[in-house]
Amino acid sequence: MAKWGFIVTTALLAMSLVSCGGEPTDPTAAGVGTGQSRLGTVLNRGQLICGVSGQLPGFSFVDQSGRYTGLDVDICRAIAAALFDDPTAVEFRNLNAKERFTAVQTGEVDVLSRNTTWTISRDSSVGLEFAPVVFYDGQGIMVRRSDNIQSLEDLKNQSICTQTGTTNEQNLADQMRKRGIPYQPVVFEDINTAYATYAEGRCQAVTSDRSQLLSRRSTLPQPKNHLILNEVLSKEPLAPAVAGGDHQWFDVVKWVVYATIEAEELGITSANLDELTSSSDPVVRRFLGVEGDLGQGLGLDNDFAAQVVKHIGNYGEIYNRHLGPQTSLDLERGLNQLWTAGGLLYAPPFR
Amino acid sequence: MTLNEHPLRHISSKAWTWVRQNLMSTWYNGVLTLICLWLLYQGLRWGVVWATTQADWQVIPANLSLFFVGQFPPGQIWRLWLILMLVSGLGGLSWGNRSGILPRQLRRGGLLILGLLLIAAIAVPLSLPLRVWILAVTVTFMAGFGLGYYDQGYLGKWIPLAWVFVLLAGLWLIRGGLGLKFVPTNLWSGLLLTLLTAILSILLSFPLGVLLALGRQSQLFVIRGFCILYIEIIRGFPLIGILFTAQVMLPLFLPVGTRPDRVVRAIAGLVLFSAAYLAENVRGGLQSIPRGQVEAARALGLNPVLVVWLIVLPQALRAVIPAIVGQFIGLFKDTSLLAIVGLVELTGIARSILANPNFLGDYAEVYLFVGLIYWVFCMSMSLASRRLEQQLSVREQ
Amino acid sequence: MTRFPIQLKPFWRDVRFWRYAGQVLAVVAIASFALLLWNNLSRNLQQLGIQLGFDFLQSQAAFDIGETPIAYSPTDPYRQALLIGLLNSLRIMVVGILLATVVGVTVGIARLSDNWLVRQLAALYVETLRNTPLLLQLFFWYFAVFLNLPATRNALVLPGSIYLSQRGILLPWLQPNTVTPIWLACLGGGLVLVGGIWFRQQQRRQQPGSASRIWLVVLSAIALAGLLAWLLTAQPPLDWDLPRQTGAGLAGGLWLSSEFATLLIGLTLYTAAFIAEIVRAGIQAVPKGQWEAARALGLQSGLVMRLVVFPQALRIIVPPLTSQYLNLAKNSSLAIAVGYPDIYFVASTTFNQTGRAVEVMLLLMGTYLSISLLISLVMNLYNRAVQVKER
Repeated sequence: MAKWGFIVTTALLAMSLVSCGGEPTDPTAAGVGTGQSRLGTVLNRGQLICGVSGQLPGFSFVDQSGRYTGLDVDICRAIAAALFDDPTAVEFRNLNAKERFTAVQTGEVDVLSRNTTWTISRDSSVGLEFAPVVFYDGQGIMVRRSDNIQSLEDLKNQSICTQTGTTNEQNLADQMRKRGIPYQPVVFEDINTAYATYAEGRCQAVTSDRSQLLSRRSTLPQPKNHLILNEVLSKEPLAPAVAGGDHQWFDVVKWVVYATIEAEELGITSANLDELTSSSDPVVRRFLGVEGDLGQGLGLDNDFAAQVVKHIGNYGEIYNRHLGPQTSLDLERGLNQLWTAGGLLYAPPFR
Repeated sequence: MTLNEHPLRHISSKAWTWVRQNLMSTWYNGVLTLICLWLLYQGLRWGVVWATTQADWQVIPANLSLFFVGQFPPGQIWRLWLILMLVSGLGGLSWGNRSGILPRQLRRGGLLILGLLLIAAIAVPLSLPLRVWILAVTVTFMAGFGLGYYDQGYLGKWIPLAWVFVLLAGLWLIRGGLGLKFVPTNLWSGLLLTLLTAILSILLSFPLGVLLALGRQSQLFVIRGFCILYIEIIRGFPLIGILFTAQVMLPLFLPVGTRPDRVVRAIAGLVLFSAAYLAENVRGGLQSIPRGQVEAARALGLNPVLVVWLIVLPQALRAVIPAIVGQFIGLFKDTSLLAIVGLVELTGIARSILANPNFLGDYAEVYLFVGLIYWVFCMSMSLASRRLEQQLSVREQ
Repeated sequence: MTRFPIQLKPFWRDVRFWRYAGQVLAVVAIASFALLLWNNLSRNLQQLGIQLGFDFLQSQAAFDIGETPIAYSPTDPYRQALLIGLLNSLRIMVVGILLATVVGVTVGIARLSDNWLVRQLAALYVETLRNTPLLLQLFFWYFAVFLNLPATRNALVLPGSIYLSQRGILLPWLQPNTVTPIWLACLGGGLVLVGGIWFRQQQRRQQPGSASRIWLVVLSAIALAGLLAWLLTAQPPLDWDLPRQTGAGLAGGLWLSSEFATLLIGLTLYTAAFIAEIVRAGIQAVPKGQWEAARALGLQSGLVMRLVVFPQALRIIVPPLTSQYLNLAKNSSLAIAVGYPDIYFVASTTFNQTGRAVEVMLLLMGTYLSISLLISLVMNLYNRAVQVKER
């Protein structure tokens, strides 16, 4: 009896595990290389699968109530709003720096919205397509005020913490080599470990994207005791990415991001959206899908931009919600202003 | 006067004898004792000072549910309690049914745990639902025990099948579907995920390990060669590499676009790893079976499959039970490596709690607590295996 | 040769047929499974635009490594980075195995001590460390112990000028000086002398009893060589390189980074707990009669252990000890969790930058298998040496 029980258990377990996996037979996972666009599979599924970091307050983070929140998260929600008129139709997957590209390539996630730097090799040999930049960043270095470090030169023979699998690790090596400064890299696979090690004082400095440093500084016990050096080691345009070779899906992601930027330029916010639908301005009317058929060309509803603004708001609203003055991060918009205000954000015409 | 002193002096002289024999039988033993006492005193003093003044134990109660069930939806926690009730009820039943054979120490330990649970439910200031659940679990256990104890014989046959049922019901309750709210695997975390991966990997690696061990003993050259190759390659490679391969590279070896769930991938990695070690343990048992057993069975006209199934395996497995339990303890500890490949099991949840700004720096507290949880599980497994071993050797003599 | 009327069995009743058929079937099944995997792999790789090959090893690594036993800069190719990783791995494995053996044997003997307190403490150590995961212990050592040490400016100084700080441990170390070659030459001469004496002794070995004084001869030859060298140089051969506090931080001595020290302590203590159990079981397996007989001959209990019991216990201890050494070697890959750049860590960075998952894994697999084989080989040779020599 016991023996048979065991055999039955194992067999059933094996079966249930396979069914538990869910995805091996999930048709939604396919469609990377097949002729069909991922847009169709996402629409059929009724849910967007979005790869995020989940570890970075301000960009993607699980708050006290268990909800994902942040700029990267809102980009995913905006896409879901455009597709389903429902910003909650998103499943978030936490990805670490290491597995993020494989997850896109193999189709585990539909979109990677995980403060990923747009580089030529990732665009070409890694086989990704990058949507418009949602955050212009640069690599910075954070040190303790008490250590009296003013520049990279002061870090001679000191330990610098960073995370493996990022452009930061290589940029740091490049910059220090260029200046001929010897230093000791202390590299971790886990981003939390890297910051914890810095916080405990093992490293004199920690390097990462400046936005990430600011976000992390706010979580340290005494944020005022830490200083982010003025030196910028690199430019880091952070953008959502999708798998290469699927233009229809790429277009959807691209234009949803542009829609948030265009909405800010046109002065459309989630608050005044309802008034503006009756606006007489043809540009606004076209943008909101009151007239014209801009959405149809993408395979979406004509009012997709209106749905995005209704549920998520324009870029400025998103930014202020997660990174603006009211938040603990309080990041200056700087390069992330509209082009009309001296920044780099510029959406092509919706026409 | 002498009458009053007599028993006291007797005890003190006995104690003195014990001290002399066990702590200072020779001069260097005396020195050793002094050194040990000094070390013990320093360590204890430092530990008590740290634990009472410096440690911030707030982090434990504040995250208690995170440690145990992780991010499992709070509204669905009743499903996990239900599993606990099922397991404790059936556990009680199995125990009651076999209480005659069980060694006394085990019974005492069980009663102790039961008593502690009851005290916890009544005395410790917990929330009301928590108390009710703990009470319910204790009551089902006792009910099961009573049922099993007074019903010798009839229910016993169905217990293995009932465990199968509980296992499947447990999986269903955790995962949802079929009328229950679906809980995606990225919400499976904490001790729940540790136990789930450990139990499933143990169950699945067992048949694979036995097959590999049989294959390694096979007379068929190809099969033997393949089994040896597999076992030696896996045993020469670190587990973290295997888990990484299963997490990141497995999709490369599957048809385009398929990507099994990450929990399934993790279990697959653990099973492939553990099976190779288990095979080596089972092989030891197979080699201990005298040839005469096989020859006698063949002479009775059993075919080779039945010889293995009925004669060889039962004896071989019995001989290596301690080694197998040791292997399972190892596997249980090894689930902690899943934290490195991105699963949020017990060690992983400890890391993410420590990343919370409110609890930054409470490393010692969190890791000691998590270590205690691991220790309780591993220690009880190894104690149970030691008793089992003694019992088996007693029965054989 | 008489021919018996053989009833031809149909081939499907013949065991031999089924044996062959089974093997052929197995080959076909395994081969087709492998083919399936290969097909999937090449389809997947083709889709990702990746080609298999090891040429990436020649391209520039472009990342820095914290601890480099030999020269390395980010301009070096990947193979140099991987070599550094391998050396770092070997460093931790060799030191770890040596220390774990020492600690493990000590604790194992302590578990059988006459002293009750020592026994209990040893048991506490073994049961605590064996029953918690190594990874957790590593985290504990790193975060709760090493990172809680003071910064370098006010490092803890232990007796013997050992400096403890967050950046690691500084140990006093020996350094060769100007007279080292002279000392080496003298000692070399002494050794040649000893070799000569040993050779003559070998020839005279027929006479029993003469071999027992050989150590006296060796010792006096070395002492003579040492005396000669001292007379020549009036200076010790090696200088102590003592760590000291300088303005900028600490200098001198042998520096063990916190990452290395964490891994070393974690691996050593964890493996030693297992070794202790093996040693205890091995000693307990020596029959009681051996103890009693040795005591009856008048040997002290320390000598009984050293001369009678332990050599016999070794025969039982060595095989499981080998597998603990292998475990330690494999567990050293957990370096990745505490940021020590071992081979696994460097390989994983390489994979991450180049996307060459398959090749990197093959390299790693080859490396670990070779290390395991090497350890097994050495231990098997040793095992053969300690086993009973039977005729």
